[in-house]
Amino acid sequence: MNRKMGIHAGKVAGIVLALACAALTGCSSLGVKPWEREVLARDDMQLDANPLDTSLDDHIYFSKEGTSGGRGFGGGGCGCN
Amino acid sequence: MPSLFRPALAGIFMAFLACSAAMAAQPELDLAQYHGRVLVVDFWASWCKPCRQSMPWLNELRARYGEQGLVIIGVNVDAERADAERFLRDVPVDFEIIYDGQGTLAQKFGLQAMPSTFVYDRDGKLAHTLYGFREARRAEHESQLQELLARKT
Repeated sequence: MNRKMGIHAGKVAGIVLALACAALTGCSSLGVKPWEREVLARDDMQLDANPLDTSLDDHIYFSKEGTSGGRGFGGGGCGCN
Repeated sequence: MPSLFRPALAGIFMAFLACSAAMAAQPELDLAQYHGRVLVVDFWASWCKPCRQSMPWLNELRARYGEQGLVIIGVNVDAERADAERFLRDVPVDFEIIYDGQGTLAQKFGLQAMPSTFVYDRDGKLAHTLYGFREARRAEHESQLQELLARKT
């Protein structure tokens, strides 16, 4: 019985260790460098699929509400603007 | 068995050759060789829209100040060289291009944005770092360059 529990505890410890490793190192290689943004710069990767439409919507919005912005950060995805 | 072994060995050898060729293809930029000149190192990519806008300007600078000792080097960071070559057919440039598909030089220069432009004076000292490209700031950058060109070592 004791031996069985020992094996069980070992397994749990292994899983905890694996999870800890994943949690501690999982984000260690995040962060796309400015020169690696090729895919992110593609038109079909933009959050805003139709900038003209969005600008018209924005215009209507600020005309009605007296406020503008808050949609997020604009830019070409190259980290320059 | 030896009949299998030999192609495998040849395969490993070929892979080794390919690896060493890739290692040898690391781009290099020796700043010291431009001592005495004003050097502009411009990092660009085909997917970067401001880079496209900046190219005609760099061509102009090269044409206008080349004789006074201005050197422009474009470092391309496209992962696929074919993309860069397609871009250059659309937007021809008349300065040297270095291909840095792996981002070795980009890493070395610690690029913060695209495009990034590093301007070195005649002593080889970093004088200006420009991030991004804006038409409105052309005149300002140009006067900075004129000032650097007027200075002798």
